[in-house]
Amino acid sequence: MSRAAAFVATIVAVAVVAGLVAILPQLVNDYIVRVVIVMCISGVLVASMGLGNGFTGVFSLGHVGFVAVGAYVSGILSLSQAAKHSYLPDLPGWLSGITLPFLPATIVAGLVCVVLALVVGAPLMRLSGYFVSVATLGFLIIVNVVLINAVDFTRGARTFTGVPLETTLRWAAGWLVVTVIVLARVVYSPTGRRYLSVREDVIAARAVGIKVLPARLSAFTLGAFFAGVGGSLYGHYLGSFSPASFYMAYTFALISMLVIGGMQSISGALVGVVVVTVLSEVLRNLERGLDFGAFAIPPLYGASQIVLGIIFILIMIFRPSGIMGDREFGLGRFVKRKRA
Amino acid sequence: MPRLAPPLAPGEETILSVDGLKVNYGAVAAIRGISLDVKAGEVVALLGANGAGKSTMLRTISGLIRPRAGAISFADERIDRLPPARIVRLGIAHSPEGRRVFGSLSVAENLRLGAAARPDRSTMEADREGVYALFPRLRERMGQAAGTLSGGEQQMLALGRALMAKPKLLLLDEPSLGLAPLVIVSIFKTLAELKAQGVTMLLVEQNITTALGLADRAYVLRTGEIALSGAASELRANYEEVAAAYLGARG
Repeated sequence: MSRAAAFVATIVAVAVVAGLVAILPQLVNDYIVRVVIVMCISGVLVASMGLGNGFTGVFSLGHVGFVAVGAYVSGILSLSQAAKHSYLPDLPGWLSGITLPFLPATIVAGLVCVVLALVVGAPLMRLSGYFVSVATLGFLIIVNVVLINAVDFTRGARTFTGVPLETTLRWAAGWLVVTVIVLARVVYSPTGRRYLSVREDVIAARAVGIKVLPARLSAFTLGAFFAGVGGSLYGHYLGSFSPASFYMAYTFALISMLVIGGMQSISGALVGVVVVTVLSEVLRNLERGLDFGAFAIPPLYGASQIVLGIIFILIMIFRPSGIMGDREFGLGRFVKRKRA
Repeated sequence: MPRLAPPLAPGEETILSVDGLKVNYGAVAAIRGISLDVKAGEVVALLGANGAGKSTMLRTISGLIRPRAGAISFADERIDRLPPARIVRLGIAHSPEGRRVFGSLSVAENLRLGAAARPDRSTMEADREGVYALFPRLRERMGQAAGTLSGGEQQMLALGRALMAKPKLLLLDEPSLGLAPLVIVSIFKTLAELKAQGVTMLLVEQNITTALGLADRAYVLRTGEIALSGAASELRANYEEVAAAYLGARG
């Protein structure tokens, strides 16, 4: 596909998303709109996690650490003066004086994560395999402990609250589109090919003259930027959160979406988000019980988790590289795997 | 036949020289003081049994391993402290042991990655055509994932990928490894073509006869030291002596 056609396809895709975003709230109830917002945020987080974990093969368990940093940084920045006085009275002066709007707070949150990723990644991205997973898990734990103990900034383990509820469907879908376009441009470029070579065989990559550390570190850092952005979106969606919101449970929820969808493509990340979210919502409603008149399914609380677990196991048995594997939806060159 | 590597004036110009090289893996000495040289246009074979230090030698030259002592110079420049990417750019391409193609990437993508370290990629397409001319099988399979190729095709791809760096010196680690005899013959025929084009090679092999058939000179390594060296023709004539050096029976 030519550059011009790819550009047109991108515009069309963006227009379709914009149209859906505009009409969706008129078509469906508020509950479904909220589910779609959460899916868009998860899409940002899972696709950015896939950049490092899927494309460079550095399986990080620390992505949610950046999400947490993004949520807290943008939360502190966008709290109103009054909220800061009542919730965070011990905040240093230079921070308590500023209140940023949503967009700049989100971008600052992403940039803080970039700096953090460079510092953390410089040593960690030298590791491979299980070692890097365990080390990045260590990063997640450190972030959690710091958040709990930096009481002046975060209220510690207590709920951080008062964040304005600004994550609308437009913001969430808009950031998802930005994330997918940026990631697709990186992944399907010479840089992306280097990422794959590093994933496939580190020694061969070095032997042809590819610098492994810069490849891994750049992917890790770009992923961290969107993790911070997604964290800000999630924080401004929830309004209140605590360090426990961004820990092991959330890590494994995002990882299961990535693995189920297929971590070697951007489409896979998005499919994983949709499949896992829709399944858990449907099953959660089913477990309250159904009444068909003639016969009734009694409520079975907790059953949804079991069924979800079984579905995950079946997908992993029959599609070990996820639903999409390394395939992309053919929406033009910007999401199409170029085999040349 | 298109030229893949810049021809060098054959003769006495030493392109690679290794002096008193020592390499350790932890406490274990893999190379205990080796000196050797390769002249422009020459094919030099490194022979020896498993664990003799042949692969370590190539990996040290291409910068994948750091030496403990000694010097490596390439075209009059010290390279033993340079990172692998710089060494590739200077003109040394390494086709590693066991082929190591990028399995989930296509043949064409693998070749493109071979040119990753080159500052000038304007002739990339033409060079890829050159590789396809050398290995027509790769052209047939250009869109196919490299991991699905046969062993021989993967070896061709590993060779082609190394050639894409436009090397002045090609380091080949056991191109015959795990291949059927007929495939080995075809690979070495291609290597002979490359030699005729003036490509300089340092070739690691366990297969003495095949290697000496291609090489101009050879070094026989044993437990990290040079046990024997000489012109390939002489070594071919003294097969017993080579085999003895191999096995360590030579007194």
